[in-house]
Amino acid sequence: MLKKIRLLLALVIGFTITCCFLDFAGLTDGWPNLARWQFVPALLAGSLVVVITLLVLTLLFGRIYCSVICPLGIFQDVIAWISKKTNRKKKYAFSREKRLLRYGILGIVILAFLLGGTVLLSLLDPYSAFGRMTVNVFRPVYQGANNLLAGVFNHFGNYTFYHVQIYVLSTASLLIGLLTFGAVGWLAWKHGRTWCNTLCPVGTLWGFLSRYSLWKVTIDRQNCISCGLCERKCKAACIDSREGQIDHSRCVDCFDCLSTCHKQAIHYRFLGKTKPTETSPDSSKRQFVATLAALSLSIPAKALTQAAPLSNSNKAWHKQHPLSPPGSRSAEHLLAHCTACHLCIAKCPSRVLKPALFEYGAGGMMQPKMDFEHGFCNFDCTVCSEVCPNGALLPLSKEEKHKLQMGRVVFVIDNCIVHTDETSCGACSEHCPTQAVSMVPYKNGLTIPSVNPDICVGCGGCEYVCPVRPFRAIYIEGNPVHQQAKAFQEAERKEVILDDFGF
Amino acid sequence: MDRREFLKALALTGAAVTMKWDGVMDIMAQENHTSGTYDLVAVMGGEPAEMFRKAIAEFGGIGKFVKAGQKVVVKPNIGWDKVPELAGNTNPELITEIIRQCFDAGAKEVVVFDHTCDDWRKCYQNSGIEEAAKAAGAKVMPAHEESYYREIELPRAKNLKKAKVHTAILDCDVWINVPILKNHGGAKMTISMKNHMGIVWDRGFFHSNDLQQCIADICTIHKPAVLNVVDAYRILKTNGPRGKSEADVVLTKGLFMSPDIVAVDTAATKFFNQIEKMPLEVVGHLAKGEELKIGTMDIDRLNIKRIKI
Repeated sequence: MLKKIRLLLALVIGFTITCCFLDFAGLTDGWPNLARWQFVPALLAGSLVVVITLLVLTLLFGRIYCSVICPLGIFQDVIAWISKKTNRKKKYAFSREKRLLRYGILGIVILAFLLGGTVLLSLLDPYSAFGRMTVNVFRPVYQGANNLLAGVFNHFGNYTFYHVQIYVLSTASLLIGLLTFGAVGWLAWKHGRTWCNTLCPVGTLWGFLSRYSLWKVTIDRQNCISCGLCERKCKAACIDSREGQIDHSRCVDCFDCLSTCHKQAIHYRFLGKTKPTETSPDSSKRQFVATLAALSLSIPAKALTQAAPLSNSNKAWHKQHPLSPPGSRSAEHLLAHCTACHLCIAKCPSRVLKPALFEYGAGGMMQPKMDFEHGFCNFDCTVCSEVCPNGALLPLSKEEKHKLQMGRVVFVIDNCIVHTDETSCGACSEHCPTQAVSMVPYKNGLTIPSVNPDICVGCGGCEYVCPVRPFRAIYIEGNPVHQQAKAFQEAERKEVILDDFGF
Repeated sequence: MDRREFLKALALTGAAVTMKWDGVMDIMAQENHTSGTYDLVAVMGGEPAEMFRKAIAEFGGIGKFVKAGQKVVVKPNIGWDKVPELAGNTNPELITEIIRQCFDAGAKEVVVFDHTCDDWRKCYQNSGIEEAAKAAGAKVMPAHEESYYREIELPRAKNLKKAKVHTAILDCDVWINVPILKNHGGAKMTISMKNHMGIVWDRGFFHSNDLQQCIADICTIHKPAVLNVVDAYRILKTNGPRGKSEADVVLTKGLFMSPDIVAVDTAATKFFNQIEKMPLEVVGHLAKGEELKIGTMDIDRLNIKRIKI
């Protein structure tokens, strides 16, 4: 019974979260944003209700979180299930807890985060790892399937499905997504929940708390004949059937063991407080590793990036600062809150968000930045700020967004077609929502862009559409701290009464 | 009696006679070009659908352009994520009426699309055009992906020798070009000719290879629109083609219609010129279009019907 409830909840929650990451057509609009119930995002967003609820849940019932809320946990169960389907003889066996490794990783992740190396937490937070994996690996497959369908339907004149462009968001993010998929998938295939019980910092935290939880899976030693059935079923490898012991720090409350016992010797029940045994990890070793990691992460980004593109026919320029997404307030705020789950990237209808490499420093790797290769930020759109579960992007109203300056426009007249070719263009001004880029008289009746960065919002429409390559004639320089754009001058409204055609 | 009045009288008489003698008049109309049909019809003072009905009636009904069983494309300007009040896109009521009439004329299918500048789904939705078109029975086709385009040659063009054009245009029997009249930062005006940039994939090429010339070039396409209907119900007088606010919009309640694309754009520019100064010379693609023999700027020599409602 408990197992069935667990399965049902896990399927519903897993399906919902996965769909939210896969969907590009607005099909999941209005679905509950379950990302907000993930622990690390909630912690970073400071949503006390969620954090306290999850803490209480664990202290009462153990690692329910790992079984039904965490999408990466659910993903591993799916993989393990498939593995079991393909190999009926597959069985698990008890293994000893890798305590030093578990707590060591947790310690390093926390330390690195405090020192600005958010990337480690991003890598290991299970929700974010799941998000990245889904967006980088599964989404292209989903889009490919959609394109196949679109091809068939469009052929018959039906446009319910439409083609979408599939492209690599960033090589680094794709590799990390593939690596996560490979590593977590392989571990789950072979060993069940090894990832959760050795590497996952959230798993370690819940593991620590669940030693004290009130309800636990326990073995009734009077009935137990140490047959080992439960142990072989345990994907967390936490049942020592010979000793009749369960390591509650690793039990993820999957309840698979309960129904396997022929002797009714294993139960999930209220135990009250028990005294867990605690040995402190080797702190000096931990400190050493942590310092090393922190050091390596605080190497300035500039030392790592090779900024030497070949200069070409037109004038080269380089952005001093990346553009952080709307609602991020500043690159600093983003760094301290974002675990690179890629939900904003998946939801951006304008395809303007992409994972950063070293633009925010090594610690901010994979966090979203605005990139104008595939699109520009829609003036009226606030989707990314609404979906972020981490509070890294804070909700914006349309009016707030209109006044928000994420970056400032820079015009490079030497690259501009109107200047070099003396022909009309104006694509930049055409796309500018505030006319921070406007066309002013030039020679021979031509008009040329003129910029007013104070009223620029940094949407990147101009940069996106500028036809000049390799270096465009107009680009947006990021604001490290978002500013307020000055209100643009509205033209005077005059009533026009026409009573003639004019020809 | 001046020329215009004479023609009016002639047309009226013609119309009166047609009531009884359609057959006879049809033959007469074919013989006497100036009496029955016009080169350009301009309407002022009505609602979008109403103005279209009046104008198309002057051309002898949409049946002159759309035949039974044909696949028709109605190509509005849906470039921007803007509501109709902000005049960024063609008026949806006008689109509804055109589609309705196409079906009345026996069209087998009507397709609506535009290669948008803003995110296409937002444009299709917020312009009100997707809803209007679907309600009228048309198919709304995507145009945001290169796979919806096919390359064609433009032998008469100067700069744009080849272009990837939307398959809806290439595969239809006839298409009707329905732009909105707007000021344009780069091309000066965006009307019927500039609306062709919404049927091509690579607009960047236009901007980097003499925009005005490329606009004229694309209009040499082997399958020109059978009719250009310029929506001037609300126009964008400044800060076009996107517009900043409602202050850029003027309610002018106009509509211009002609198979001659250069003529209708010239007329629309002159109309626009009454609100914001816009000499014909600066709208470079008009003269370049005339040079490529796709139409005439000399609209004074045309037979124009003007209707005020």
